[in-house]
Amino acid sequence: MDEIFHIVIAKYNYWAALVLLFIGLYGMIAKNNLMKKIIGMVIFQTAILLFFVSIGVKRGATVPIIEYTADHQPLLEAAAYANPLPHVLILTAIVVGVATLGVALAIIQKIQRVHGTIEEDEILAEMRQ
Amino acid sequence: MIDQAPILIIIIPLVAALLLTLTGSLGDRWAYGLLIAALAASLGCALAALAAVLDGNQAVHYRLADWPPPLGIELVIDHLSGVVLVLIAGCALLTAIYSRHPASQDNPDRLNLYYALFALLVTGLLGMTATGDVFNLYVLLEISALSSYGLLARGRGPAYYATFKYLIVGTIGACFYLLGVGYLYIMTGTLNMAELAEILSRPELQESVSVRIGFTLIILGVWIKMALFPLHAWLPNAYSKAGTTTACLIAPLMTKVSVYIMLRMMFTVFSADYIFNRIAWSELVIYLASTAAVVGMLTAFAQRDLRKMLGYIIVAEIGYLAGGAWLATEAGFTGAVYHLLADGLMTLCLFMVVGAIIYRTGLTTAAAMRHIFQRMPVTAVVFLVGAASIIGLPPTCGFFSKFYLIQGAVQAGAWVFVAALLISSLLAALIFFRLLEVAFFGRFDEAAGAAPGAGGHGAAGPVAVAEAPWSMLLPMVLTAIAVLGLGLYTNEVVTYFIRWSVPAGF
Amino acid sequence: MKQLTLIILAACALLMLVAALDLPDWGDPASPASSHLSPAFLEQGYGETATPNIVTVVLADYRSYDTMFEAVVVFAAALIVMVLLRRTPRTRRKVLPQRPQREGRDVVLRGAAQLIIPVMQLFGLYVVAHGHYSPGGGFQGGVIFGASFILLALCYNLQTVLERLREHVVLFCCAGGALLYAGVGALCLALGWNFLGYAALAGLLGITEVTAHSHGILAVEVGVGITVFAVMVSLYYDLASSGDLDEGL
Repeated sequence: MDEIFHIVIAKYNYWAALVLLFIGLYGMIAKNNLMKKIIGMVIFQTAILLFFVSIGVKRGATVPIIEYTADHQPLLEAAAYANPLPHVLILTAIVVGVATLGVALAIIQKIQRVHGTIEEDEILAEMRQ
Repeated sequence: MIDQAPILIIIIPLVAALLLTLTGSLGDRWAYGLLIAALAASLGCALAALAAVLDGNQAVHYRLADWPPPLGIELVIDHLSGVVLVLIAGCALLTAIYSRHPASQDNPDRLNLYYALFALLVTGLLGMTATGDVFNLYVLLEISALSSYGLLARGRGPAYYATFKYLIVGTIGACFYLLGVGYLYIMTGTLNMAELAEILSRPELQESVSVRIGFTLIILGVWIKMALFPLHAWLPNAYSKAGTTTACLIAPLMTKVSVYIMLRMMFTVFSADYIFNRIAWSELVIYLASTAAVVGMLTAFAQRDLRKMLGYIIVAEIGYLAGGAWLATEAGFTGAVYHLLADGLMTLCLFMVVGAIIYRTGLTTAAAMRHIFQRMPVTAVVFLVGAASIIGLPPTCGFFSKFYLIQGAVQAGAWVFVAALLISSLLAALIFFRLLEVAFFGRFDEAAGAAPGAGGHGAAGPVAVAEAPWSMLLPMVLTAIAVLGLGLYTNEVVTYFIRWSVPAGF
Repeated sequence: MKQLTLIILAACALLMLVAALDLPDWGDPASPASSHLSPAFLEQGYGETATPNIVTVVLADYRSYDTMFEAVVVFAAALIVMVLLRRTPRTRRKVLPQRPQREGRDVVLRGAAQLIIPVMQLFGLYVVAHGHYSPGGGFQGGVIFGASFILLALCYNLQTVLERLREHVVLFCCAGGALLYAGVGALCLALGWNFLGYAALAGLLGITEVTAHSHGILAVEVGVGITVFAVMVSLYYDLASSGDLDEGL
C-alpha cells in the first residue's frame, strides 16, 4: 500500500496531464460543434503545457530568481532554484496556443457567415447539395 | 559577411514580412518588388551557405546570440539542409514572380498583407530546415502552419471549412511533436539535436520505453503534417480550394519540408540503428507507403477538378518518400532525398500550369485543358515536362528518383513497394494521357458538360484564350528547365550532395 | 464512430499512463531535465547577464531566437485574423445595417473602469520594465497593457477605444514591436557579432559586455511588449465586431 502511495505521489503530474490530453483529443475528434472542437483543442494544448511545466519542479527549490545571501552576495547554487528552461518553453507554447486559438475563432466566424451554422453535420449536408 | 549567411537566409524574409505590413500605403508594385528582392537575397544567402558547406565538405554551424550550442540555439547547415534550403528559397522566388497577376486577381485589396503572410510562411519553412534545435523547430513549424491557415482560408466559400479541418489536424500534429519533444527532454535534459543524438545513443536510453514513446509521438506528428496515407484526408480538400499563388507555394513545399523533418528526426536525432533494429516498424511503414502510392493515384484518377487531382498525386508522392526513407538501404535513402527535390520541382511545375490555365479560362475542371496546345503552347510544353516527370519518363528527374527508389526496394527485398511504385507510375501515365487527350482532341466531354456546376464560375464552353502573361510564363519555363536539369545532372547531385548526407549504419 | 474513437483513445491513454511509470519522479532533483542543462543556466546566467530572473535570461538571451519567433507568431495571428475578417468598404459586398452601438451608460461600470484602467496600464508597464528582477517581461506586461484597452471597450464601446487607438496605429505597433526585436538582432549583426549577440552593444553604449546583455534583454522585451499589446487589441477589434469596424484601414 505504501509503495503504491509513493508511485502515485511521484507520477501523478504525468497522469493528470495525460488524462487531460486525451479528453482534449477526444473533444477535437468526436465533437460535432466546431466551437466544442476548439474547446477540446485548448484543453489538449493546456495538457501539454502542464506536462512541460511539471518537469521544471525540483524538490526543495524556489523560483529561478537569484537571491542574495546575508552578506549581499548572489546565491548561485543550482539546487536552490527550479529548472528555468521548461518555463521558457511553456511561455512560447502558450503564445503559440493563443495565436492558434485566435485564428481558429476567426475561421469559425467566417464559417458561420458563409454556411449559417457551426454544426459540422449541417455544414457537410449543405456542401453536399 | 559570408559566415552570417545562415541567419540571413531566415531573417531577410522575416524582415520583409514586417516591412510589407508597415508599408501598405506604397502600393502593390512596391509590395511585389520588395517580396521578390527579399526572396532573391534569401536565395543568394542559401547558395552562399551551400557553397561554404561544399567548400569544407562539412556542416556549417551558426551560434545564435553567440551562445555555445547546448545552452543557446544553433543553426546547422549540412549537405541535406543546404540543398533543401536552396529548393525552398528557389521555389518561393519563382512563385513570387509568378504571383503578380493571379495574386492581385485573388486579393483585390490589401495585397501587401497577403504578401506578408507569404513571406512569413517562407520564413517558417526556411527556419525549420536550418535549425539544429528541436524546440525551435516547433516554433517555426507553428509559424509556417499558422500562415498557411491564413493563406488557404483566403479562397472561396468552402475553403473556410476545409481550412478549419486542416487547422484541427495540423494542431494535433504539431502538439504530438511538442509532446514527443517533452518526453525526449525529460529523458535527456537537452533540446539540441546533436547533443540529443549523443545522449540517446547511450545503452540505457536505447531500451527506454519513454524514449520510444517520444519517438512515436514525434513521428506520428510529422506524419500528420506530411499527410502520409491514413492521415492524408485534410490535404486534397485544403489545397484544391486555395487561391492560385497559395497553392503554388504551399503544395510543393509544406509536405516536403515535413518529410525533411522526418529524415532529420530519424537519422540525426535518432540513428538508423535505433530505427531499423530497435523500433522495427519498417515493414508496417512500407505497407502504408505502398498503399499511399496506389490509393493516392487511384483517387487522383477519379477526380475531375485539376487541383484536387494534383492533391491526391501529392499523397501518392508522399508514399514514395516515406517508403524510400524506411527501406533502410542507401539507394532507398538516396532515392527519398532525390525525390524530395524532384517532387518539389515537378509539383510546382504542374501547379503553376494549372494556375495559368485557371487564370486564363476560369475553369478548374479537366475541361479547361481543351486545346491548350493551340491556345497556350508554352504552358502546354511545361505541362508535358511536369507530367513526364510524375510518370517517371527519362530524362526528367522523376525517372531517376524512381530508379533509385526501385533499386533500394529491390535491395531491401520490399517487393510490395516495388509493385506499388510500378502500379502507381502506370496510373500516373493513365491520368496524364487522359488529360493530353483532352488537350489535343477536346474529348472527355462529360467533364465539359459538368463544368458549369463543378467549375464554380459558370463559364462553360470554349473561350478565346491567349497565352499566360510573361510574369507567369517565365517562372514556369524556369521550373521546367530545373526539372530537366535536375534529371540531366543526377549523378552530380547524388555525388556532391546526397551521398554526403547518407547516415551511418546502412 | 464516437464509441470507436473513445475506445481507441482510452486504450492509448491507458498505455501511456502505464508507460509514465518509466518517467523520472516528480520534482526529482537528479532527473536529467534538472541536472543536465539547467544548472549551467542557473549558475552562469546571473554572472553573464547581470539579470537575476533566470527565466528572463533564458527567454530573452540564451534562447532569444525562439522568443523572436514567438513575437512573430502572435504578429502572424493578428495579421491572419485581420486578413480573414476585416471588411473594408471595397470588399463589403452589401451595405450592412449599422450595428447598434452600446451606449455604455452604466455608471458603476464606467466609474470602475476609470479607476482600474490607469492602474492596469501603469502595472503593465511595470511588469515589462521589471522583468529582470521579478516574474514578468514583455509577454505578461503586454497582455496586461492590452487588456486595459479591451476593458475600456467592454465598459464603454468599441468606438470609444477606436477613437483613442486607431486601427492603423495598432497594426503599426504589431509589426513595429517585432521589427524592433529583429532590429536589435540585426544591429548586433551589423556590429560584427552574431545575430542577437547583445555583447555587441557594449561598444556602442560604452558599457561592459555583461551590462550590455542586460540592456539587450530590456530592448527586446520592450519590442515583445509592444507587439503583444497591439496584437491583443487587434484580435479583440476584429473578433468582437466580426471585422466590421466603422473606420477604414
